[in-house]
Amino acid sequence: MSFSHRLGRLIFVLLFMVIGCAPKAPEKKITVWHWMNDRKEAFETLAKKYEELTGIPVKFKLFFPPDIYAQKVIAAARAGNLPEVFGILGEKKMLASFINAGHILDLTDYMQENSREWERQFYPKTLAVTSFKKANTYQIPQGIYGVPIDTTVMEFLYNKTLFRKAGLNPEQPPKTFQDFIYLAKRVQKATKEAGFVCGWGEGWLLNALATEWAINLMGERKFYKTIKGEVSYTDPDWIKVFSLFSQLKDSNILISDITTLINKESEDLFSQGKAAFSFNGSWSVNVYKQLAPDLEFAFFPLPSVSKRFPAKIWGGAGSSFMISAKSPNLKEAVDFLKWLTAQEQQSFLVKETNNLPAVKGCEEILPPILAMLLDDFDILTHPNTWPDNEDTRVLEIMNQGLQQIVMGSKTAQEVAREIQEVKERVCAR
Amino acid sequence: MKIDALTRTEQFKNFSFVLPAFIIFSVFYIYPFFYTFVLSFHKYDFISESKFIGWANFKEVIFYGKHWWNTVYNGAFITFWALTFQNILAFTLALGVDKATRTGKFYRVIFFLLPVLSEIIIGLLMREFLLSNPGIFNKLLDKLNLSFIAQDWLGRDRALLTAALVHCWKGFGWAFVILLAGLQTIPEQLYEAARIDGASAWQTFLKVTVPLLMPVIALVLVLTILGTMQAFAMILALTRGTGGITEVPVMLIYNHLRGRQVGLACAEGVILGIILIAVSFTMLYISKQIRRRWGVLPR
Repeated sequence: MSFSHRLGRLIFVLLFMVIGCAPKAPEKKITVWHWMNDRKEAFETLAKKYEELTGIPVKFKLFFPPDIYAQKVIAAARAGNLPEVFGILGEKKMLASFINAGHILDLTDYMQENSREWERQFYPKTLAVTSFKKANTYQIPQGIYGVPIDTTVMEFLYNKTLFRKAGLNPEQPPKTFQDFIYLAKRVQKATKEAGFVCGWGEGWLLNALATEWAINLMGERKFYKTIKGEVSYTDPDWIKVFSLFSQLKDSNILISDITTLINKESEDLFSQGKAAFSFNGSWSVNVYKQLAPDLEFAFFPLPSVSKRFPAKIWGGAGSSFMISAKSPNLKEAVDFLKWLTAQEQQSFLVKETNNLPAVKGCEEILPPILAMLLDDFDILTHPNTWPDNEDTRVLEIMNQGLQQIVMGSKTAQEVAREIQEVKERVCAR
Repeated sequence: MKIDALTRTEQFKNFSFVLPAFIIFSVFYIYPFFYTFVLSFHKYDFISESKFIGWANFKEVIFYGKHWWNTVYNGAFITFWALTFQNILAFTLALGVDKATRTGKFYRVIFFLLPVLSEIIIGLLMREFLLSNPGIFNKLLDKLNLSFIAQDWLGRDRALLTAALVHCWKGFGWAFVILLAGLQTIPEQLYEAARIDGASAWQTFLKVTVPLLMPVIALVLVLTILGTMQAFAMILALTRGTGGITEVPVMLIYNHLRGRQVGLACAEGVILGIILIAVSFTMLYISKQIRRRWGVLPR
């Protein structure tokens, strides 16, 4: 074979290989990673509907439990394999790290186009959870980085059946902390069931309640000043907050082993009528519907501990979706999230999953138990909306300290001193 | 020259057989070990750039880590119970089964059943059994007219002891199997010689069984310390940490990793590793000294 023949063959093979290896045009598809086990089927129905409408396939991938999901997202971010749409589980600091590392798309322009059309659909408090204000402590450019798909409100719940058994008016839940203890004792005495159950094996549930009482007792300004390190945790107001947990313990209304219970176990016990009161999120409506469809219960606002300051309720965006900044299908992902948060889809999710919507306009279709929570949307508070967040080490000691107060192994003063010690060290560093 | 070349080829061949194992060992053991060590000097949250902070994480753990030392105390408490109660129980049962020629195999299977089961399963089952609500164990005690023993097993005062006992109950099978294997290596002639010399059963146990079993006992003790100080899954499932009362070192490391305090968690891991290595070598040294004193090893 002559040289020119050989060369010709070689060129042909090389050309074939080059053409064969040419990058394909990016496929128009959207992959969504989530952890919401209860919404699996509803999401899949919506995905099918979206594909029928636009021809763009949407794949919802569920990773459960949430811990596994959180690890999956971190690993994918490090490997550069994030899907088009995903959620971040964790505090605002984590969201800031993702943004700083360039993983999350700034949605401000999309939200604000057409006279803020998309932005105005949402309840402002839900959007605040994934937004960063100007000159924030995380040094993130001002903007909106997530799309809330529901709203969560943490409130007290009571079992109406147990109220009736105890001869109490089931339409009159307690209003103050003292009322709460009194009624819990009454139900406990009459029914032999516990007064209060909560998943206090999970520190954040204690923390959420302590935060609500702290803001009610000392006001938001003083609360934020504590986080800044300008007010000590040994301040009398903080001692009062921690003492509320001692009072709960001393009143004997708490279910046994409360500090070893996780929220799922607490939900089980409340659904079985093992306690008169509980403290849980609005998602529990769906949980109780599945566990005990006949359970008669209702939410009620935080039993107040002071009249000096208005009560605030822990809540805001329950779950939010973010868009991967490195996705080749940015526009498609934005369009999909716009569609997902439109009133029709949000109404569908409300009906199917009994979660509070993130957007306005679904009020009329809400079941009464969820509709009553709408009144609290103006008084929601959440660490992700605060000017500063408490350091993880301080929170760790606080949550454990609260558990120890509830178990009776430490006093409010001891816990306050321990928290302050850590706080001072953190501030010094 | 030829011989040298052949030797080199042989050496290369031999090395190539070891290479896959060496690569796997390097990637999955050596690299993570050094990476953990490197991360312990950094502030890192898995996503942001890591920042070198020198010994700060170690200082935080050693000098200000009240929480950490509390978990080490809890781990040591459970280890104490495992070293004593668990191993004495395992030794006693191993001695019994060693002599039981007919039923030995049956007991071997029975006693080894628990360690084979998942720690999480055991933890969750025991939790259901011991929780005050519904209170299965306490009700059982009540039926047996032993209600005076009934109490809040997972509460403040008993949770750590409960965790220790459940850990012993689950773990004694390992020690049992190792000790039994050790007992079966002691030649029967030595026992016969002792009998002919008129030694009592107790003397035979003390002068023959224990000295010859000392290396195995030392091994069991070291494995018990390593295993128990790193206990995690069973205690997490059983007590969830009970507000720090039953929190053990690995649980705190896990919680710090979940909270993305990666550097701090790595520093804690390194410190725990150093503690365990120090304790293990001390145990081995003590056992060697005992064997020397008893004349099993040359002085």
